[in-house]
Amino acid sequence: MIDDIRNREAHEAAEKLADYEWGFVSDVEQEFAPKGLSEDTVRFISAKKNEPEWMLDWRLKGYRAWLEMEEVDWAKLDIPEIDYQDAYYYAAPKTKPKLASLDELDPEIRRTYEKLGIPIEEQKVLAGVEGAARVAVDAVFDSVSVATTFREELKSAGVIFLSISEAIREHPELVKQYLGSVVPQRDNYFACLNSAVFSDGTFVYVPEGVRCPMELSTYFRINAENTGQFERTLIVADKGSYVSYLEGCTAPMRDENQLHAAVVEIFAHEDAEVKYSTVQNWYPGDAEGKGGIFNFVTKRALCSGARSKVSWTQVETGSAITWKYPSCILKGDDSVGEFYSVALTNNRQQADTGTKMVHIGAGTRSTIVSKGISAGRSNNTYRGLVKVLPRAENVRNFTQCDSLLLGSECGAHTVPYIEVKNPTATIEHEATTSKISEDQLFYAMSRGLDAEAAVALIVNGFAREVLKQLPMEFAVEAQKLLGISLEGSVG
Amino acid sequence: MLQIENLHATVAGKPILNGVSLHVPPGEVHAIMGPNGSGKSTLAYVLAGRPGYEVSEGSVTFTPPRQPGLEPGSAFLKGSEEKRVPGQARDDGRALDFLAMEPHQRAAAGLFLGFQYPVEIPGVSYLQFLRESLNSQRRARGENPLSGAEFIKLAREQAALLDMDADMLKRPVNVGFSGGEKKRAEMVQMGILNPRFAVLDETDSGLDIDALRIVGEGINRIMRAPDKGVLLITHYERLLEYVRPDRVHVLQAGKITRSGDIELARSLEREGYAEAAA
Repeated sequence: MIDDIRNREAHEAAEKLADYEWGFVSDVEQEFAPKGLSEDTVRFISAKKNEPEWMLDWRLKGYRAWLEMEEVDWAKLDIPEIDYQDAYYYAAPKTKPKLASLDELDPEIRRTYEKLGIPIEEQKVLAGVEGAARVAVDAVFDSVSVATTFREELKSAGVIFLSISEAIREHPELVKQYLGSVVPQRDNYFACLNSAVFSDGTFVYVPEGVRCPMELSTYFRINAENTGQFERTLIVADKGSYVSYLEGCTAPMRDENQLHAAVVEIFAHEDAEVKYSTVQNWYPGDAEGKGGIFNFVTKRALCSGARSKVSWTQVETGSAITWKYPSCILKGDDSVGEFYSVALTNNRQQADTGTKMVHIGAGTRSTIVSKGISAGRSNNTYRGLVKVLPRAENVRNFTQCDSLLLGSECGAHTVPYIEVKNPTATIEHEATTSKISEDQLFYAMSRGLDAEAAVALIVNGFAREVLKQLPMEFAVEAQKLLGISLEGSVG
Repeated sequence: MLQIENLHATVAGKPILNGVSLHVPPGEVHAIMGPNGSGKSTLAYVLAGRPGYEVSEGSVTFTPPRQPGLEPGSAFLKGSEEKRVPGQARDDGRALDFLAMEPHQRAAAGLFLGFQYPVEIPGVSYLQFLRESLNSQRRARGENPLSGAEFIKLAREQAALLDMDADMLKRPVNVGFSGGEKKRAEMVQMGILNPRFAVLDETDSGLDIDALRIVGEGINRIMRAPDKGVLLITHYERLLEYVRPDRVHVLQAGKITRSGDIELARSLEREGYAEAAA
């Protein structure tokens, strides 16, 4: 019933929005750069986006630097050789055929959509059904009223929330000032690649003293035709401001582009607070691991000002390979960094994920809570660095790393790096590894839950500390997602 | 109601039950007493379908009493077509072959196992655990799931009846509870799930005298009904003074060696198993 209303409202809103100058969905013909990567590709991308000269120069600088760099190999990942000349870097043509209706969709995906409770209209957009409103993704999630009024509200609050391409044109001074200031181009191989070819992404600026009046969600601005292959996100929170940003989608996202390399930069000034939540469910490949997404992400926050705070929360269930370490550089005195993570791997998935907390300022604090869940024949590694520099007095860190194993063919690994150069620091590290016990399963089943529901319940309990950090609606979906991702993992 | 015939069971290849036969008619409470290692808990686990407890011989048949007005098999017709799954009906008087059913199917059919050692589930509150369990049972029976508000009301009532602070139900399942609190929480679970047949495995162990009385009264209130039954496994006679079983059986070396009324329990208490068996 509620779904029906949601569907209808969403549909109506989507139709209305289709007429708006929304700005997020480009209306140019589907042109694309030829396969392969060269300076010409970079120039093509920049030209397609009508970028100013300085932006093209920045990209080219990134490209030239990338040519001299090498892929990283320190992660506990078995990465197949990637042929960078055999990929598209701009608006790759859809090899996925348009579906005439949802009936043509892979029944397995359809079933997952239904279990997640995704409204029909939204399912059509996700599945790429012919004629589905392209802007519907912008409109459907959350409440429709938010979608229709949010731009106005943000405008009156002075919050800038644009695609990064728009921001480059409309606010060049801000982009120039902050782009690359947290993740320099040469930071790592994949971040460098991104800086040369990033397709699009999000720009957020919250002015001094402003508390952003709503959760900002990528749901509002994913361009369904060209999602997140080389996304670039830049969030700037000025003095004393607050913003909560949600990224991703619980619905399984298919993409023909196997290589993903996103960069997220967060710049927090004095007393600013940024909460960044992610649910990542890119296609993990089939049970044998064929066809999944390789996800190489660089996410970093600079807590530049005193008492600034950045909190990363992530629920990672998708991708064949996940390489991702959302980090905080705690430069301002008394600044705070937090990292809450659930990483679930099943079948042949591999995840090497964690965080870096670099304590530079005095009195800086960090909290790390990582929950790894491994099933099938997957491998799940937590890799985390806590670094305290010589002048950082009275630093505190608390790290908790828990791993849960389902079955006996999966792996869980914990690789903490702790470098402390100041004796006043208090560093705590706790780690546990456990298996779902037969006792727990039987106890839950004896109360009436079937095996899959019992496992989902126990896993959600295990991940609760992290899930409760998510905004309410996201948390509910993430809970369902954990259960669905583990289907078939209990005998 | 519960018919156990010549039940043999092994755990890790070791025979534990060696031909248990027992019949609990509707409306009755039967107690099982016996020395350590006689197979009491194994019997409870086999009845509930615990993996690893292999039945090598015998049968367990559960026949929920037919509700007035329901013809045999008619419960299958209550729900819509797709809900008619064999093994789900419980009120139509048909006999169910328990040994062929999964633990959760037995629960939906009306079985409850009170655990001797209730298991901790970190991060999952009693409320969440029991609501999902109850609604899962209800769906399996073709009944509508309870809404959040309906469920909270039910849970509060049942907690109050067992003299338990309802806020305790917000805590993770059995985590940080004392032995006695866990046992009392098991009874609250039983009150909420409202089973047809309860197998209570040493529910009285770890209880102080007041808690013992409250739990005993709880068993009577929840389970003493013409269409319900209880198998009460205990070491001690004290609980039986509250619950007053209709029959008392002695399990020794995996077999029922003696049966009688509550006087048997009292003589065991006085003389011990060795003496009583002689």
